[in-house]
Amino acid sequence: MSLLTVHNVGKAFRRYSSEWKRFARWFGLPSKPVSEHWVLRNINFSIQPGEAVGIIGQNGAGKSTLLKMITGTLQPSEGRVEVNGRIAAILELGMGFSPELTGRQNVIHAAGLMGFDLQQIQQAIPSIEAFAEIGRYFDEPVRTYSSGMQVRLAFAVATAYRPEILIVDEALSVGDTYFQHKSFSRIREFQQQGTTLLIVSHDRSAIQSLCSRAILIEKGSIVQDGEPEQVFDYYNALVAEKENSTVTVKQHKSGKAQTSSGTGEARIDSIALYNSQGDLAELVAVGEQVELRITAVVLQPIASLVLGYAIKDRLGQLVYGTNTWHTEQVIEQPREGSAYSFNISFPANFGEGGYSVVVALHDKETHMSANYDWRDLALVLMLLTTIKRHLKVVAGVSLS
Amino acid sequence: MFSLFRGLWQYRHFVISSIRSELVSRFASSKLGGVWMIINPLSQVLIYALILSNILAAKLPGIDNKYAYAIYLIAGLLAWELFSEIINRCLTLFIAQGNLMKKMSFPRITLPAIVLGSCALNNVLLLISMLGIFALLGHTFSLTMLWVFPLSLLVIGLALGIGLIIGVLNVFLRDIGQAFPIILQIWFWFTPIVYPENIIPQSYRHLLAWNPMYTLVDAYHQVLVYNKPPDISALLVIAALAAGLVLLGLFLFRRASAEMVDVL
Repeated sequence: MSLLTVHNVGKAFRRYSSEWKRFARWFGLPSKPVSEHWVLRNINFSIQPGEAVGIIGQNGAGKSTLLKMITGTLQPSEGRVEVNGRIAAILELGMGFSPELTGRQNVIHAAGLMGFDLQQIQQAIPSIEAFAEIGRYFDEPVRTYSSGMQVRLAFAVATAYRPEILIVDEALSVGDTYFQHKSFSRIREFQQQGTTLLIVSHDRSAIQSLCSRAILIEKGSIVQDGEPEQVFDYYNALVAEKENSTVTVKQHKSGKAQTSSGTGEARIDSIALYNSQGDLAELVAVGEQVELRITAVVLQPIASLVLGYAIKDRLGQLVYGTNTWHTEQVIEQPREGSAYSFNISFPANFGEGGYSVVVALHDKETHMSANYDWRDLALVLMLLTTIKRHLKVVAGVSLS
Repeated sequence: MFSLFRGLWQYRHFVISSIRSELVSRFASSKLGGVWMIINPLSQVLIYALILSNILAAKLPGIDNKYAYAIYLIAGLLAWELFSEIINRCLTLFIAQGNLMKKMSFPRITLPAIVLGSCALNNVLLLISMLGIFALLGHTFSLTMLWVFPLSLLVIGLALGIGLIIGVLNVFLRDIGQAFPIILQIWFWFTPIVYPENIIPQSYRHLLAWNPMYTLVDAYHQVLVYNKPPDISALLVIAALAAGLVLLGLFLFRRASAEMVDVL
């Protein structure tokens, strides 16, 4: 049985020519709204116990509306949300806090707002106090708190009881680094004990490290639902999507999805990686000097051309990356129809493991204004420590 | 309708702790704390008594206390303070708690319940202090005064009914929030609280019957000032009216709750 089922959910905000017509409708009189604005439509998914799902999308895509409907503060205009278990939602920290009350009084109040009775609250107070780590301030009025202290206390209350479903909206980066780690590990702890997570965040690494699944919402509907890395690649392409731009997803031979996108004024023609010996390589030694050779063709007149590249680890986390804007090697007014080749050499100073290379052609420091061609998983490489020893020996031999 | 009350029961601890918190924060933020909520109506009594007692005292029959006018004022204001406080707070309740309603899932009915509890508590404190003043002014106590409790319930019912209706509608039509304080002000002066009803010309006096607050304030006067039981039949009409308004208010509240969050 699934823990949460969102069944064909849609949300429309309705406007009436006069509010009196809205009132009349409550009494069963027929009156039609003048305009209906659908922010979400045909949303279907279900979540199994213990799953961790990230919800991503651009601002205004409808993520928060969806979370509010799952939490139950907003009613769907169509469809239904079925929940089997207690939901705790952190849509905003510190809801219901009043500045004149002490931390302890606010904890009682806020936990009451979550539906707990006095006895349950009294039991949880010592652990809340310990988790928030605000010392003697716990019995001082909240108005004397620093904003960090307020947030710590609020997070401690919000997560004082392990829910079956925890919904977090952009609240993972609260407090200082120490507290961020602490709150992160509490969420992980919940997850290990079987709590289902539903997280909205723009923080790619947070979602990729916590979630096993990501759902991408664009213009009010689900466009992707799958493995976080792949969904994020698609999202990234979508952010840069402009008119005439295309996004394609192919299956890479490694089994991962390969997303490419762009408007096509310039195109990546070839990409290859060479090792220090000048040979085409897929296996590279840790620390070895490698060279990325990329050729790009300019198909239509453009003002400038920037090549960017990045290395991602097997989890899709960014390890290293830069572009020719940052290195001040922008090609101004590239000639139409001509090909440009880029040779980039850098030491492979990363840990052992599998990596992928992302290559992109755009016009400025980011691909936001114009994205000509973007290739995720353009090539893969494998870093090994064992080759290094071998290479040293070879190098030693050739020197002598 | 039943689910409304079940939610309220589940969250009873929250309602109680909210009422307590409200009281605590009022006491915490100022030196005199809760005394202020008594000082405010009392200063009103003092002002009216000082300015109007000489003009009006002669016209207050049936009571032989030289502070008769002050006692009359206090009794009427006790009823009106409860009525207007509930309405004023309900009027902006959902707008003020908009963010909370959008971000937290809890039975919304707790919000008006907290208002009721908190206003009733204030009124009890006001009642106690006013009884103290009665004693100072040499007004005799009697068991008839216990009528004030069922009468308070009627005031609360009437105020809750009106408050819920305008509170819900105000979310959609904000003009109501601007207009209602004015209406309430006019209503106050059209109810014999500051003046005795016998100064109203005879030909207009029948209009008072249309004012439900007149019936209630008059009943307060009867039991607190004149030591007489109130007119039960008139109160039954008010009780029916209050029940009808509360039901209409709850119906509107239920119908609107889903849409309320959309427009907040």
